[in-house]
Amino acid sequence: MMSTTDIRTIAIAAVAIGVCALLPLVDQGYWLSIGVSIAMFTVLATSWALFSGPTHYISLATAAFFGIGTYVTGSFYESVSFWLLLPAAAIVGGLLAGIVGLATLRLSGVYFVIFTLGLAELVRQVITWAQNMTGHRGTYVLLDFGSRSVEEVIYWTLLGLAAIVYLAGWLIGRSRLGFALRIIGDDEEVARHSGINTARAKVLLFMVPGAVAAATGAALAPRYVYIEPALAFTPLLSFQVVIMALLGGAGRLWGPLVGVIPFTLLWEVISATFPNQTTLLLGAAFLVIVYVLPRGFVGLLERARARAGGGA
Amino acid sequence: MSILSLRNVTKRFGGLVAVNDFGFEVEEHMVLGLIGPNGSGKSTTLNLISGALPLTDGQIMLEGRPISGLPPQDIARLGVARTFQLVRLLPSMTVLENVIAGAVFGHRRRWGPEARAKAEAMLDKVGLSGKGGLRVGQLTYIDTKRVELARVLAGDPKVLLLDEWLAGLNPTELQTGIRLIRALRDEGRTIILVEHVMDAIRSLSDRCVVMASGARIAEGTPKEVLEHPDVIRAYLGDDDA
Ligand SMILES: Nc1ncnc2c1ncn2[C@@H]1O[C@H](COP(=O)(O)OP(=O)(O)OP(=O)(O)O)[C@@H](O)[C@H]1O
Ligand SMILES: [Mg+2]
Repeated sequence: MMSTTDIRTIAIAAVAIGVCALLPLVDQGYWLSIGVSIAMFTVLATSWALFSGPTHYISLATAAFFGIGTYVTGSFYESVSFWLLLPAAAIVGGLLAGIVGLATLRLSGVYFVIFTLGLAELVRQVITWAQNMTGHRGTYVLLDFGSRSVEEVIYWTLLGLAAIVYLAGWLIGRSRLGFALRIIGDDEEVARHSGINTARAKVLLFMVPGAVAAATGAALAPRYVYIEPALAFTPLLSFQVVIMALLGGAGRLWGPLVGVIPFTLLWEVISATFPNQTTLLLGAAFLVIVYVLPRGFVGLLERARARAGGGA
Repeated sequence: MSILSLRNVTKRFGGLVAVNDFGFEVEEHMVLGLIGPNGSGKSTTLNLISGALPLTDGQIMLEGRPISGLPPQDIARLGVARTFQLVRLLPSMTVLENVIAGAVFGHRRRWGPEARAKAEAMLDKVGLSGKGGLRVGQLTYIDTKRVELARVLAGDPKVLLLDEWLAGLNPTELQTGIRLIRALRDEGRTIILVEHVMDAIRSLSDRCVVMASGARIAEGTPKEVLEHPDVIRAYLGDDDA
C-alpha cells in the first residue's frame, strides 16, 4: 500500500529527474560534462550507500565493478547492442559481487575494506595480463548514436540508472531485506539471534552496488573512446564514491546526492587549478569529513532540525 | 518427550573447560532454573543452546531434533529465543521497531500491520504501553530489559532463555520483574531461567539445575537443591548466595 506522502515523494522525484533531463537542450559543452559527472557519482554513491549505509561496511570495490562494466562494453559493442550491454554488465557485476560477498562478508570490517581494495587491483592485473596475451594495450570504444551526441546519450542513460537506483533503494527500504540490514548494522549478534540469515542478507544487498557500478561503467565506456586498465580500474574512483557518500550521509537514500553535487563542482575547480595535487586534496577531504562530519551533511541537518524542534 | 534436551554437552575455551559433560531435560510448559556461582558456565550453556558458540562435544535437541551445530538464526527460527546477560538493543531504532524486529524475523514470522500489532501487544504485556515511540537511549534500565524481553516474545518462541533477566534491578523493580516472569510462566511458556536471585528461583522455577565449574552438581525442586550440601558448599563464601 502507498500513502499520500509516498505518492508525493515519487512525483517529486519524477519531476526532478524530468527537469534534469532537459540539461542537454540547454548546454552541450561544459555543463553537460559536469552533468554527466554528477549523474555518474550520484548513481555510484547512492547505490554504494544502499549497502554501506546500514551495514557500515566500507567497500572500495566500486572501481572493480565499474572497470568490468567498461570492458563489457569495450569488448562487445561491435556485435551486441549498447542497450543490451548495460543489463549484461549489471548481471556480471552483480554475480561478481555475490561471489566476493560470499567470500568476504563473514570477515570483520577491516578485512573487508582491504579485500575490496585489492579486488580492483586484482581484476585490473588479470585484464592487463589478458590484453598482453593478445597483444593489445587497450580497446577502442567508438560508438555513434546518430543525431544524438555520445555525451547526451550517456547523460540520459545515467539519469535512467539514477531513477532505477532510487526506486530500488526506496523499495528495499520498505522490504524485510532493508529492515534486516538495519538490524544487522545495529547489532549483528541480535540480528542472528532474532532469526536473520545475516550472511545471505549482506550478500544479496552487496550485489546491488556491484550491479549498478558495472552498468555505470558500461554506460560510460563510449565517453572514454579508448579504455585501458589503468583508466577503467582507477582506485581513485572508489575513494571518490566513498567520500561523496559519507560527505552527504549514507544513512538516507537522498544523502549521497547532497555530497555528490558540491564535491563534483569542487573537484572540477581543484583538478583545473591544482592538477598535480588532486590525490593530496582528496586525502585531506577524507580526513576532514571523517573528523568533522561523521554523519555527513544529512547528520548535520538532522541535528539542526532536532535542536530547532527541541527549542520550539 | 522433553522439548529441549542437552546431553553430554562440553565446551572448552583452550585449556579451560567451561561446560563439562553437562546435560538436562526441559519439559514443555516448565520453568527450569539454572543456577550456580559466578563463572560456573551458565551463560556459556545458554550460548551453546542458542548457537552463539559451537559445542566442543555432546548434543542438544529441540523436540527430538538435533540443533547443535546449526547457526543461531536457524535455532531462533526453530523456536529458541534468548535475552543477553548484558542487554542488547538496536540503538538506532525506536522501542517499537526493536520489538517489531522480533516479530518479523522470529520463530513465527509476520510483516506489516500484523507485525506491528504483535509488537504493540508485546509492549503491553511487558508493561511498556505507550512507550513504543521512544528511542532506546531514553529508557530506564528496567525498561531496556523489558524491550529485550518483548523482542524475544514477539516471535512466539517455543523455548525462552533468560540470562539473569532480573540482575541489576532495585528491590521494587525486582518485584515487578518477578511478577512479569510469573505471568509468562502462567501462560504456559517454557523457560530456562538463569538467575542469582534465589527468591526468584524459589518462587518461579518448577525444577532447578545447579552448576559448578561447568558440571551439574544437583538437580530437583528448588527446595531440594537449595538444601543440598554440595550446593551449599559450592556457594559458601560466594557473595551472591
Ligand atoms: N568466549 C569465551 N572465551 C573464553 N572463556 C570464556 C568465554 N566465555 C566464557 N568463558 C569462561 O567460561 C567460564 C564460564 O563463564 P560463564 O559466562 O558461562 O559463567 P556464568 O555462570 O554465566 O557466570 P556469571 O554468573 O558470572 O554470569 C568462565 O571462566 C569464563 O571466563
Ligand atoms: Mg552469565
